[in-house]
Amino acid sequence: MEAHKNIDLPQGSIEKRTTTLNIGPTHPATHGVFQNIMEIDGERVVSSEQTVGFIHRAFEKLAEHRNLYQITPITDRLNYCSSPINNMGWHITCERFLKVEIPKRVDYLRVIIMELARISDHLICNSIVGVDTGAYTGFLYVMQYRELIYEIYEEVCGSRLTTNIGRIGGFERNFTNTAFTKLEKFLNEYPKVLKEFESLFTRNRIFMERTQGTGGITAARAMNYGFTGPNLRAAGVDYDVRVANPYSSYQDFDFTIPVGTTGDNYDRFLVRNAEMWQSLSIIKQAYEKVQSFKGAAAEIFHADVPEYYLPKKEDVYNNMEALIWHFKIIMGEVHLPKGQIYSAVEGGNGELGFYLVSDGGRTPFRLHFRRPCFIYYQAYPELITGGMLSDAVVTMSSLNLIAGELDA
Amino acid sequence: MALTNIFIQEKLVEKFGDQVSTFATDTDILSFETLAANNLKVIQFLYDELGFTFLTDLCGVNYPDQKDAEIVVVYHLHNFIENIRVRLSIAVPVEKPDVFTASKLFESANWMERETYDFFGVNFIGHSNLKRILNVDEMDYFPLRKEFPLEDQTRIDKDDEMFGRG
Repeated sequence: MEAHKNIDLPQGSIEKRTTTLNIGPTHPATHGVFQNIMEIDGERVVSSEQTVGFIHRAFEKLAEHRNLYQITPITDRLNYCSSPINNMGWHITCERFLKVEIPKRVDYLRVIIMELARISDHLICNSIVGVDTGAYTGFLYVMQYRELIYEIYEEVCGSRLTTNIGRIGGFERNFTNTAFTKLEKFLNEYPKVLKEFESLFTRNRIFMERTQGTGGITAARAMNYGFTGPNLRAAGVDYDVRVANPYSSYQDFDFTIPVGTTGDNYDRFLVRNAEMWQSLSIIKQAYEKVQSFKGAAAEIFHADVPEYYLPKKEDVYNNMEALIWHFKIIMGEVHLPKGQIYSAVEGGNGELGFYLVSDGGRTPFRLHFRRPCFIYYQAYPELITGGMLSDAVVTMSSLNLIAGELDA
Repeated sequence: MALTNIFIQEKLVEKFGDQVSTFATDTDILSFETLAANNLKVIQFLYDELGFTFLTDLCGVNYPDQKDAEIVVVYHLHNFIENIRVRLSIAVPVEKPDVFTASKLFESANWMERETYDFFGVNFIGHSNLKRILNVDEMDYFPLRKEFPLEDQTRIDKDDEMFGRG
């Protein structure tokens, strides 16, 4: 309490015991554009206030002037560590809103891509936690295997980071054999890597002492703060959108939801690692299911939605109806039904929700992104107050904050 | 006992009578409206009696054509135990967009209300720190209101007619 007393005194006055420290907006310890104005007493954080919005790009306003398919590239730029999940989340929202039935094979292919994205997201987050506690090796080592994931994206959609993967109704093309070969390579090589990554950190004494008991939160507080995803599960609440509101046929898969107890940095790390194992198992199951489709069924990669799914280019040249749809889609002349929908998917760092309001026009009347890290970043001062400044850095990286998503 | 949309609706009507209205279940979420003066009472009731202890989302929508109800604030609440969601919306006039803050009940509402203030100018009464969050502090308008066009309006290909609302 003593520390709080003189906090509001002007800088330089003799009575003032605390120091005002400005971390960010660009700082090596923040991994993104984050600013925190902290009051510190020695090395202890007395209070902190975040500033957000440095890379605000008015996505919600932009979305009001774009057709549905033009919004997909916007969603890439939310959580860019797992953009395929955002893309799929948006497609699923549109499909639910338009009441499109998606073939099972498309669902399973989507699950493969989404779980790969989850692995790459958790991999970045956990290895960055390692970097911030002084272990650079893990980060460098796993980057090589994130590359394998990016190569699979590249084979499926042609791009790597901001993927714009898939279309409303399915995928733009069928997965090639190369994509499946790359997936098999990843499934073969990755478990060994993840095991080694875990052996570098999980029982590492320095790592444990740096992360255990720092940045903790109780389940009740976490819920009150709107935590979702691994951060909420680390606090002990087994809420996962994949199970609570299954999308893309997640109900067909057998997996468990790892939970922690204390909600501290160490638990968040463990939950993410455990989720990567679950994701691997889901990918294996999905791959088996995809392989079980034979003949014509193995050629299905999109649903039949002529109003939103671009026809094949040959058909556009040779078939009147396809030509008409092609023009209607490209010019955005398809009117949406009236109504509203809230649809959520389990993103890399929490529940990524899309609230779409349509007035019957060609673009959304209003589109709101429920961005998980925007909501849980509010809790940051509470998590770090009273702790060491160096723990605040670890806490920030273990929350998996992505500036692009935070600022939308 | 499983919580159903109908049960929630009955409970709400029993407690608030005609103050809650326009019940609809499009896309499986029960959505309903209430008066702006009642929002906290309804949210508190949902929290205490029906277990909606998680505020999923809070945002604004601007309907410029609705007289005296131009700004709508939408709450998405979630009951984790029964796994059911509801959507509550309240409408306020654009001249006097006063809404009671939910941030005393949900810490998560704090920034979401600041965001709604930032983009729609909704004045959340009782909010501890109601200032702009994503936009610059010097901004003197509320950009997500429909009166602010996005693009250069001399471009005819970006005319409203092209978006189906001529």
